[in-house]
Amino acid sequence: MFEYSPAPESKSIVKFQDSYGHYIAGKFVKSSKKYETINPATEETLALIGHAGAKEIDLAVRAARNAYEKTWSKLTGAQRGKYLYRIARIIQERARELAVAETLNNGKPIKETRDFDIPTVAAWFFYYAGWADKLDYAGLGPNPKAHGVAAQIIPWNFPLMMLAWKIAPALAAGNTVVLKPAESTPLTALMFAEICEQAELPAGVVNIVTGFGDTGSALVNHSGIDKVAFTGSTEVGRIIAKQIAGSKKKATLELGGKAANIVFDDAPIDQAIEGVVNGIFFNQGHVCCAGSRLLLQESIQDEFLKKLKRRMETLRVGDPMDKNTDVGAINSETQLRKIDKLVKQGVKEGGTAWSPQCKLPRNGFWYVPTIITGVSPANTVAREEIFGPVLSVMTFRTPAEAVTKANNTPYGLSAGIWTEKGSRILKLADQLNAGVVWANSFNQFDPTSPFGGFKESGYGREGGRHGLLAYLKGGAK
Amino acid sequence: VRLDVKKTYKLFIGGKFPRSESGRTYELTDSKGNHIANVAKASRKDVRDAVVAARGALSGWEGATAYNRGQILYRIAEMLEGRKDQFIQELRLQTGKSLATATKEVENAIDSWVWHAGWSDKIDSVAGSMNPVAGPFFNISTNQPTGVVAAFAPQESGLVGLVNTIAPAIVSGNTVLVVASEKLPLSAITLAEVLETSDLPGGVVNILTGSAKELGSWLASHLDVNAIDLEGSDSPAELELLSAENLKRVIRPGVYPRQGASGSLQHILDLMEVKTVWHPKGH
Repeated sequence: MFEYSPAPESKSIVKFQDSYGHYIAGKFVKSSKKYETINPATEETLALIGHAGAKEIDLAVRAARNAYEKTWSKLTGAQRGKYLYRIARIIQERARELAVAETLNNGKPIKETRDFDIPTVAAWFFYYAGWADKLDYAGLGPNPKAHGVAAQIIPWNFPLMMLAWKIAPALAAGNTVVLKPAESTPLTALMFAEICEQAELPAGVVNIVTGFGDTGSALVNHSGIDKVAFTGSTEVGRIIAKQIAGSKKKATLELGGKAANIVFDDAPIDQAIEGVVNGIFFNQGHVCCAGSRLLLQESIQDEFLKKLKRRMETLRVGDPMDKNTDVGAINSETQLRKIDKLVKQGVKEGGTAWSPQCKLPRNGFWYVPTIITGVSPANTVAREEIFGPVLSVMTFRTPAEAVTKANNTPYGLSAGIWTEKGSRILKLADQLNAGVVWANSFNQFDPTSPFGGFKESGYGREGGRHGLLAYLKGGAK
Repeated sequence: VRLDVKKTYKLFIGGKFPRSESGRTYELTDSKGNHIANVAKASRKDVRDAVVAARGALSGWEGATAYNRGQILYRIAEMLEGRKDQFIQELRLQTGKSLATATKEVENAIDSWVWHAGWSDKIDSVAGSMNPVAGPFFNISTNQPTGVVAAFAPQESGLVGLVNTIAPAIVSGNTVLVVASEKLPLSAITLAEVLETSDLPGGVVNILTGSAKELGSWLASHLDVNAIDLEGSDSPAELELLSAENLKRVIRPGVYPRQGASGSLQHILDLMEVKTVWHPKGH
């Protein structure tokens, strides 16, 4: 294996403020309660962040309602679109700064924030900007309407990207928003507030409130919202579905997953190895659609696992700011403990855990990429979402068995199929209960392409025309 | 004088007509209080049996070609048309409605089957998409049935409301268990006879008669049900809460009209899942 010299990205392009308030009605409002946000790779404090309570939520929802009624709903679609184009361009202009900020607050490798997260954010705004004046073509008939005020709650795994997935279609459709970023990764959302200022977006159209679960809960329960969009765990998704039961609030929920990545004996093995590694170790496995269950056709098990282990030995784990790093820091201590506990449970239930030798930094939260072999479908590590760099390996003999095992989960977000046989891909794609199926590929995303789950992975789609529909209701009836 | 032969109104589960497992019935009377029938009163076990039947029928029905499903829905319209008079008579017996009103309802029900039949092979053309992703991939989004749908037919309509509850669910390949109107259950069971003679595979539609209130929580909390249509429920908020446990897709009451000779594509799509498939382009 090659030795790599350090190639650190510079932090100097980013200047965080010491303390941030909530962005409400175009102004930063001081928060009475505060907490510290850290860099999970070093455990250093980056800034003080506001912890919003019912009072701040109420202010933000009122600001969004006011902006919806007085400003945003009065603009033409073309005008709304132009604001979104401006935002897309400013994100491109400030891409390097945003990439560094995201890596510092999230712990994911700079390679990913630079080449994936931030370019995807810009693309999302650019794509939905173009929809704003074409809503008559969305599929709901002429003159569809916005819901009004959207409450949006996003996770910590792709902080700014999840913000883009939420805010871009909401604004294009004519809604105003109150967005709450995850408690551990609020910084790029707060920088986005500055971008809204630079784009001269009317005050109150985008409001950002920071805080914990109680903040999100107060937002969902507020009587002034019309729509909830949530990405996060199935556990919290369930709570939200219960909170809005019996109300007129609409919801889209993008929740957990336990995707099967199915490899047949005729698959292009080297490509499949890359796809499996990308499927589970991309973003430290903090991916709802991660290919966390590897289903190997029995005949290639030994050869495949040998090659997979060899490939895993070349993964560079460590400083996320290093441009060569493949696997960065686990986002929080809580998450690290959860991963560790689940892997121990997997071993207790009969699995064999293996990880490459790795030198890890002294501070920060780290988990070495791990595979667990000898897993049976009833084991905890085959059923529960680990949300970390941990792959559970199972085998199958026939395509029918692969489908049965792949579908044997309450989740249904994504799946992967590796085979050279086109007809097999198409048949399996039909049979798999998953919202996204990647054939001979994995973890591909695009603003034109709908994303979202079956079953307990949630409902509604983000991306494409379908993603726009979540923020519209039929016009003429 | 010849004594006429009266029908026993039973449940419709898995293509068969069982009595309620509980042995229970409830008496149906006309507007003057005269006895009409002892109608089966479904129990929790009947709900479970119906879910098992619906789940068992799912892979065959969703795997059938859209053309085949369209023809079967059209066949239902044909069978209904042939028994039009019986449905009119039954509706009038239960409701005391005029001949014209009852006739209109039955005609709407027939025409709605025809309207829905035509959608089966057009949904993806209208609601699917080819997505021009920024990379070397073929990327397509199609719509697939959600799975097992539990539904409460509208209480105030014996036939057309029931048809406009079942048809949007099954046209795309879902299977359904539906609780018929408690006051107007006769048309539901006679409709089951129509379904049974229309080449519709057993278990695709399961019809329960009885108390929607009593059966409600068992349907809403059943973990093998994927979606729930609360149109005819009298406690939709409570059932939506129970449905959240396994994140069922929920259709709240009053969203879609159920009395007409046509339905809504959006209603059909609410009981479907968008699936996006990526495939690399290359040599």
